[in-house]
Amino acid sequence: MKADLSVRIGSLVLKNPIIPASGCFGYGLEYADTVDLASLGAIAVKGLFLAEREGHPPPRIVETPSGMLNAIGLQGIGVHRFIAEKMPELRRLGAVVIVNICGSSIDEYVELAHILSDVEGVAALELNISCPNIKEGGIQFGCDLGSTRAVVGAVRAATRLPIIPKLTPNVTSVSSFAKAAEDAGADAVSLVNTFLAMVIDIETRRPKLSNVMGGLSGPAIRPIAVRMVYDCARAVRIPIVGMGGIMSARDAIEFIIAGATAVQVGTACFVDPFIWPKLIAGLEDYLERHAIARVADLVGTLQTGRA
Amino acid sequence: MAVPVDVHAEVIANTRLSADYNVLVLGAASIAETAQAGQFVMVRTSSGTDPLLRRPFSVFEVIRHADQQSPYALSILCKRVGVGTARLFDAAVGDRLDCLGPLGQPFTPVAPPVEAWMVAGGVGLAPFATLTDSLRSAGTTLRLFYGGRSHTDLFYLDWFEQRGVALDLSTEDGTRGSRGRVTGPLERALAARPASQKLMLYACGPEPMLKAVAALAHASGRPSQVSTERIMGCGMGGCYSCVVRVRGDDGQAHLVRSCLNGPVFNGDAVVWE
Repeated sequence: MKADLSVRIGSLVLKNPIIPASGCFGYGLEYADTVDLASLGAIAVKGLFLAEREGHPPPRIVETPSGMLNAIGLQGIGVHRFIAEKMPELRRLGAVVIVNICGSSIDEYVELAHILSDVEGVAALELNISCPNIKEGGIQFGCDLGSTRAVVGAVRAATRLPIIPKLTPNVTSVSSFAKAAEDAGADAVSLVNTFLAMVIDIETRRPKLSNVMGGLSGPAIRPIAVRMVYDCARAVRIPIVGMGGIMSARDAIEFIIAGATAVQVGTACFVDPFIWPKLIAGLEDYLERHAIARVADLVGTLQTGRA
Repeated sequence: MAVPVDVHAEVIANTRLSADYNVLVLGAASIAETAQAGQFVMVRTSSGTDPLLRRPFSVFEVIRHADQQSPYALSILCKRVGVGTARLFDAAVGDRLDCLGPLGQPFTPVAPPVEAWMVAGGVGLAPFATLTDSLRSAGTTLRLFYGGRSHTDLFYLDWFEQRGVALDLSTEDGTRGSRGRVTGPLERALAARPASQKLMLYACGPEPMLKAVAALAHASGRPSQVSTERIMGCGMGGCYSCVVRVRGDDGQAHLVRSCLNGPVFNGDAVVWE
């Protein structure tokens, strides 16, 4: 018998724990020809402000050992065009849509939550309080415990949708931010966003990114991300959506054992846009091999005692 | 346009053209069958995570057995510039490389009496073999302006000549053809043709060359199509890294993804940085 892959994030039940990560999957429709969007647990679409945004000039990415830096600058079409131009097709395709929202003020997060609460097919909101690449918003809410509580609390009061603050690793203690989000009414937390980093061209002595710094993702960060998920899982009772350099089912399982109820996959999809059924099949194989009936039973099962 | 597929392609041949350039023939028949001139593939240069990302390459040739209609392979023209392209330079016959495609918007073809003038700088020759094949079958008059640093950087001249393409060569050191940039012969040729002669300029090469070709075309009242090159993360529209500033139908300039909206753009629409 096939294992039960379903997991619960607040009031939301996902058919499996595999989610393309925000910022790595466009608005989902870019991949509609290469993956059945309805086969995924959910999709986290590219971060949206109220208004359209141009983002940073290129170069926007640079490759690093087993990873990459990005400083896209949250280029996006804004929430209204997203609802009008993308949601009808996403609904038709049966995608479970997690909308990643960004604001330069608490009021903007609240307004986005209000607007999206009435949109059919929006399953949850991921609060981007962790983008390292823009000055005027996002991460300013994610690097201060009081601000994290304030923005999560304000959005909580504005919507009945499940809300999932996405946390930055660029703080001393991610778990204290997870706890702050939980206390303010979050249904789950997702982590980690990228690690602030830079690469220099030594010949020209110039940064390789137009924005000077960018966020490091990919397998290079995976062990740190696993540790942070493990830390957070011990600090909160709400579900954790884990991410950071997952390239295979094995990596996803590692996050789940560390305490993640679901996982997001980003950079790996750049390398292999056909990765999704492989991840799901690999997870099923593992559960069958270990005679685990439900993936939910694997969550947070790290054994730390003497073997 | 065909839905992209990922082929675990065998390296059928690796021909070194110089100390930096090589042509890799990849057994990716399903991509070769549907690729149109100007489209590209994303090639993984390692099976591990370093380098992590794929590299974009124009489809150089679509390769068929002499007696068969459907192709069995495609080739890519590579210039060794970094870790990934060094691996491709050293690839051995029998190796397997993941090849994703076809991707992107192809060139828009022209038909007689419109002549097709192709302008290539260095590795920018890459999209013009398939363009030649597709335009030649319609009987279009073809001309290739092709520039490199030196005579050792010019390749496949026989290939184009055998297909009736008129060549205008240039090298920066003057060792072959005109001395200087590829735009010199182009400018002279444009001036020598009456304004009534309809032309389409197709360009691929360094960005300053594309900008100059688009400007020369515009000044002579001719349209142009330019194939841009950007650092590209995914080739599928997911990462938003490969943007080009392009004027849209609304008259406004927008940063658009060259993997989806390009790599081929109307030369008049690109807002050069």
